[in-house]
Amino acid sequence: MSQISKDEVKHVANLARLSLSEEEVDVFTEQLDAIIGFAEQLNELDTENIEPTTHVLELRNVLREDQARESVPREEALKNAPDERDGQFKVPKTF
Amino acid sequence: MSLLEKKVSELHDLLHKKEINVTDLVDASFDRISQVEGKVQAFLSLNEEHARRMAKELDDVLAGYPGERILAGLPIALKDNISTKGIRTTSGSKILDNFNPIYDATVANRLYEAGAITIGKLNMDEFAMGSSNENSGFHVTKNPWNTDYVPGGSSGGSAASVAASEVLFSLGSDTGGSIRQPAAYCGVVGLKPTYGLVSRFGLIAFASSLDQIGPITRTVEDNAYLLQAIAGHDAMDSTSANVEIPDYLSSLTGDIKGLRIAVPKEYLAEGVDPEVKEKVMEALKVLEGQGATWEEVSLPHSKYALATYYLLSSSEASANLSRFDGVRYGVRSDNAENLLELYKNSRSEGFGDEVKRRIMLGTFALSSGYYDAYYKKAQKVRTLIKNDFEQVFNDFDVIIGPTTPTTAFKIGEKTDDPLTMYANDILTIPVNLAGVPAISVPCGFSNGLPVGLQIIGKHFDESTIYRVASVFEQATEHHKAKPQL
Repeated sequence: MSQISKDEVKHVANLARLSLSEEEVDVFTEQLDAIIGFAEQLNELDTENIEPTTHVLELRNVLREDQARESVPREEALKNAPDERDGQFKVPKTF
Repeated sequence: MSLLEKKVSELHDLLHKKEINVTDLVDASFDRISQVEGKVQAFLSLNEEHARRMAKELDDVLAGYPGERILAGLPIALKDNISTKGIRTTSGSKILDNFNPIYDATVANRLYEAGAITIGKLNMDEFAMGSSNENSGFHVTKNPWNTDYVPGGSSGGSAASVAASEVLFSLGSDTGGSIRQPAAYCGVVGLKPTYGLVSRFGLIAFASSLDQIGPITRTVEDNAYLLQAIAGHDAMDSTSANVEIPDYLSSLTGDIKGLRIAVPKEYLAEGVDPEVKEKVMEALKVLEGQGATWEEVSLPHSKYALATYYLLSSSEASANLSRFDGVRYGVRSDNAENLLELYKNSRSEGFGDEVKRRIMLGTFALSSGYYDAYYKKAQKVRTLIKNDFEQVFNDFDVIIGPTTPTTAFKIGEKTDDPLTMYANDILTIPVNLAGVPAISVPCGFSNGLPVGLQIIGKHFDESTIYRVASVFEQATEHHKAKPQL
């Protein structure tokens, strides 16, 4: 049985902000279907009472005093910008 | 013998005695690169002008005297996902073709403080996603032992440059085997430290709960020197562990009497090449001869590691890679009428197929209606895999098996089917999921290509791994073999 349809692949591509050609949609549908089908094997395991591991180490919040301090200078932050105006990142119109 | 075939301690002595200076070492590195780089293609960029200037400064200011800094003046190269201020850093991706970081990664900074000289940046699979370097957005690095074969990945350039003696040592990163697998394929020593031991600040993230930076060297001792320089807590990385760093060099006692080795039956099962298995069995005999004992054990959830890993790492990658949108850095698409098109076109033009595939898989696994079935399920199975390791480490000091099921494969041999390619990492992935450290050391050859022995340790017990690896290295000649280029 197919795990993922072409329409789902198109939907996911939109969520991921990728534009795919029809050919790419075909290839990805087939490949993702195989990978997800492979991942179905995890369902052989009963994990009802198992805690998920999000992180292997015990992590604690680290706090510091809230003091004002130097940040990245604006010129530095803009060094790699593809486009800028008046010291800000420039993008095309939103709609 | 070329200077770059010597050990860290030997070069330090030569510098100390003023028999050589730093410029000699940097010259030796660039000379070797000009001889063999055409065949190996390990580098994405060279840092020649700066490296030569720094060598001269060290020679002038210190008159060649390296002082207590054991790494001072030694030529190193870094995987191209490690940010280096002012030196192009691409992570192997076209989308970062023009990216010049404005700060240094903590590891780059620590190496600079230690006086090591950065020769250049090394090729890798795009965003560290791959096992062969064939996913690099730029070119394919070749295996120095046979240039028709892949060097492994994703730190293929890091392993190949060291195997080819272009640099003394390098740094790579390992999310599912990306240091150990290429180290095995190229016949060098590669360590993935415990998750959290080495700061990831400035490492371009792939899967944040798994990524770890580590050293690739020609000997175990050199590896310990390099780890010593980069390990330790960093306030800039919230996942950095605040633990005391032992003196790794003093752990190389040469004594493994009474050491208890576990050999998982799953790591020598079907799918592992018989010659690879034979080399591992020979290695176990060597260690037995040195006073260790070994027993077969089971890591029963091993077969679920691959699926677990691809769900978790792709999910994390889909989130981490959302920052590449053509707005603040990186390559922007020329044809975009509005902001949404700018995002979509920049990403679609900038990312390669494997990266897109994993972003798609991760976005799917995290999307509404599938989160529990895939992502959360994988996190639960991760717990079972982690528990397998904890169980075995109750009774044993290290776990040993092959690093990879086979030796290096031919360029182009596995590019058509992603699942076949993923299977290369079946023996390295569980280690990342459990967060434990592991090393790959050379343990012989099969059809002229190196075989890697994997030694896995307890959390933060790199010392025992080094002790065992060093005893094995001293008792064998494998690390002395050099590729003919």
